[in-house]
Amino acid sequence: MSDLKLFNTTEKSTWCPGCGDFGILAGIKAALAGLDMYPHQAILVSGIGCGSKLPHYMHVNGYNSIHGRALPVAQGLKLANHELKVIAVTGDGDGYGIGQGHFIHAMRRNPAIVHVVENNQVYGLTKGQYSPTSEKGYISSFSPEGAIEFAINPLALALAAGATFVSRTFAGDVKQMGVVLQKAIQHRGYALVDCMQPCVTYNKLNTYDWFRARVYKLEEEEGYDPSSRDMAWQKAQEWGDRIPIGILYQTEDRPTYEEQVSELQAGPLVRQPMNGRVNDYEALKLEFV
Amino acid sequence: MPTNDLSIKIAGEAGQGVESGGAGFAKAVVRGGLYVFGVMDYMSRIRGGHNFYQVRVGEHPLHTFDDAVHLLLAFNKNAVDIHTPEVVRGGGILHDAGIKVDPSQLEERGIHDFEMPLIKIAEEQGGHKIMMNTAALGATAGITSFDFDRIADIIETNFKRKGAETVQNNLKVARAAYDMALEQFGGDFGWKIATIPGAPQRMIVNGNQALAMGALAAGCRFISTYPMTPASTITEWLAAHAKQFGVVQKQTEDETAAILFAIGASHAGVRAMTASSGGGFCLMVESYGLAAMTETPLVIVEVQRGGPSTGLPTRTEQPDLEFVLSASHGEFPRLVIAPGTVEQCFEAGYRAFNLAEKYQTPVIILSDLFLSNQARTLEMNGIDFSQVMIDRGETLDYEALDRLIQPYERHTLTESGISPRALPGHPGAVYITTGDEHNVEGLITEDGEVRNRQMEKRMRKDQRAAGEDMRMPLRYGPEQAETTLVGFGSTTGSLIEAMERLNADGHPTNVLQFVDISPLDEDRLTDLILGLNRMIVVEQNYTGQLARHIRKLTGRKADERINKYDGRPLSPGEVVSKVRQEVLVGV
Repeated sequence: MSDLKLFNTTEKSTWCPGCGDFGILAGIKAALAGLDMYPHQAILVSGIGCGSKLPHYMHVNGYNSIHGRALPVAQGLKLANHELKVIAVTGDGDGYGIGQGHFIHAMRRNPAIVHVVENNQVYGLTKGQYSPTSEKGYISSFSPEGAIEFAINPLALALAAGATFVSRTFAGDVKQMGVVLQKAIQHRGYALVDCMQPCVTYNKLNTYDWFRARVYKLEEEEGYDPSSRDMAWQKAQEWGDRIPIGILYQTEDRPTYEEQVSELQAGPLVRQPMNGRVNDYEALKLEFV
Repeated sequence: MPTNDLSIKIAGEAGQGVESGGAGFAKAVVRGGLYVFGVMDYMSRIRGGHNFYQVRVGEHPLHTFDDAVHLLLAFNKNAVDIHTPEVVRGGGILHDAGIKVDPSQLEERGIHDFEMPLIKIAEEQGGHKIMMNTAALGATAGITSFDFDRIADIIETNFKRKGAETVQNNLKVARAAYDMALEQFGGDFGWKIATIPGAPQRMIVNGNQALAMGALAAGCRFISTYPMTPASTITEWLAAHAKQFGVVQKQTEDETAAILFAIGASHAGVRAMTASSGGGFCLMVESYGLAAMTETPLVIVEVQRGGPSTGLPTRTEQPDLEFVLSASHGEFPRLVIAPGTVEQCFEAGYRAFNLAEKYQTPVIILSDLFLSNQARTLEMNGIDFSQVMIDRGETLDYEALDRLIQPYERHTLTESGISPRALPGHPGAVYITTGDEHNVEGLITEDGEVRNRQMEKRMRKDQRAAGEDMRMPLRYGPEQAETTLVGFGSTTGSLIEAMERLNADGHPTNVLQFVDISPLDEDRLTDLILGLNRMIVVEQNYTGQLARHIRKLTGRKADERINKYDGRPLSPGEVVSKVRQEVLVGV
């Protein structure tokens, strides 16, 4: 285990007191330190939103991109340097709304990227509009009569898109989150960590208390087998009086994206010589004669 | 009538082998020691419709195509009807006997009807009518008295993969058609193609191939794209060579992901690019600004086609000059280069990477459809890998980071505006960057003073590039002239040939080609532009975007504008006639 303090910075966060993002930040630091990792070995790629400021609040490499676009930046980075541990950090609007297309396609490819979704079921930074995971009927400034859309089920979507690691955590349980994140970081392939993270300012419905009354841990559920896609599919439908948290599904049977790119067999692309085959260039011209 | 100065047009439906036939014939001619200029014209469909391939043949390097067609090879009746008006007096139309051509239509124009049993020859000699193309190729060579060995050589090259029997059958078909055409029509057709013995080996290369080779030579090892005409052939060429040269090539879910994959790869330290046309670039625009703000080097190729929206997807236009100059919200250095010839595409392909890394900002290569697929003969040294130098600017690789002593600041303030860029993954330089305004450490800030310093730092790169790297427009022809034709991109070849014709007619003319579009040294450019006599800005768009760009930078309005937006490439003849009719009238 490396020293947790290595990941600390003095940068002050802009989050509201009590924000669930604090728990997620603590969980990521604990997971990296617990795996004996150092700040230079990882890069956090985020989008835009309260939660996407997270990479600024710890000492680690970061690329804070634009709204909805963390995953494609993360995948490009991973292809160019697969020795780096790449963690994408997005919100629910970020990852499941504007970035939905990238979300589905990333799972098809199975890059070894951890995707942490800070899911507070609301657009916080723009002051409380409804998000793709807001419950139907959610009243906000953009939905004064209540949202008429159905909420997205990210876990079922992930299973359908072929994700190889599907999990849900709760910011009120940092200990479990740290454990799940560690497993996600070690996972061979794309790992979704959907973190239920109450927005203490705007979301008056899905509060800490609301979650505490409902969540239960899958690892304590007798007979639950996270290698079973069928069981995972059942659990992914469960939302309401009981909400499962923990690892719903994990398989390492599928190779990662980068394992299947033949050019990367010689090592990380960034470490390969830029002009290793300069003597072959001249012969290219013979294609055109 | 002249030898080695003619244009042959092959026309028919998509799927009839128009392009492969045209390209094959062009290659045979180049192997015979001659120069060609090939134009492919096609519709946005897989089969049917109407396509053509036009090959111009000459003994000297050809800059562009010509309007006049001497021999039309028509694969269907439609091709006869559409292209007969382009055929010159004394020219001919070669077609299968199954296509009925109205003799009076041709006689009044003095055009020969070269009707031949092409399908029958294919069936009898080769065993299948599919070899009708080969018969047509053979007949074309026969009519022009071109050396049959050259045709045989191309047949062997093109069909080798399909086995010896296929080669033999095609050779038999070509030979029979060649002999019949030479005997029956050789005497009627005045334009001949004669090989130049002992001529050096030469290539046929198009703009996208040259650009892709330039990028490869620059050490580009990552290309992420989404398919879009006419940019796709850049990806296709690199994909075909990816394994050999260790290039990671990825197709993404959309153009937004395409540019962001490249940004991620470039941030990691690999030279990366993306390529699309105007519509795809529209989707990339927000991310383009992200690359500028995070100071991530990136090469974006925008191969223009007719717009707006889906517009004319397979046709040429230059409507995106102002778009690329102002794309993305906010202000940042705008590095745009616009090659106009195949050789310039090669240079742009490697130069853009050096500029992008030196200035740590995205660079746009603005091309257009007619440049992307025009097939030109180049000397073997027309693509010169030895001139390619890789300059990574102030990039701190892992070895440099081992020697780093002071704490690393990604966006440190410097006089040049360029801050040393550390590749992530080294313990000596753990850092963050962001598309938000940031301080020297890359942390988000809203502080007004810090904002000013960072904005000024980024914009210093623009000034520095204008002074150090960006070039004034290229001049062709005499230093002083009564008329200067000004343009950019694929019209360059036609402007040069139009200039030659105008000068021969006694109208002193020269050409200015803008290769570097932005940033430019405004003082130097103003001196140059104000020194021109009559300035005619020629471009393939409606509103005259280059003319406006020049006026914005120099204050000078174009005296005349020639604009074309029908999606067809501009010919030298069109320029000459417009200059004569509309511009020189009353001078």
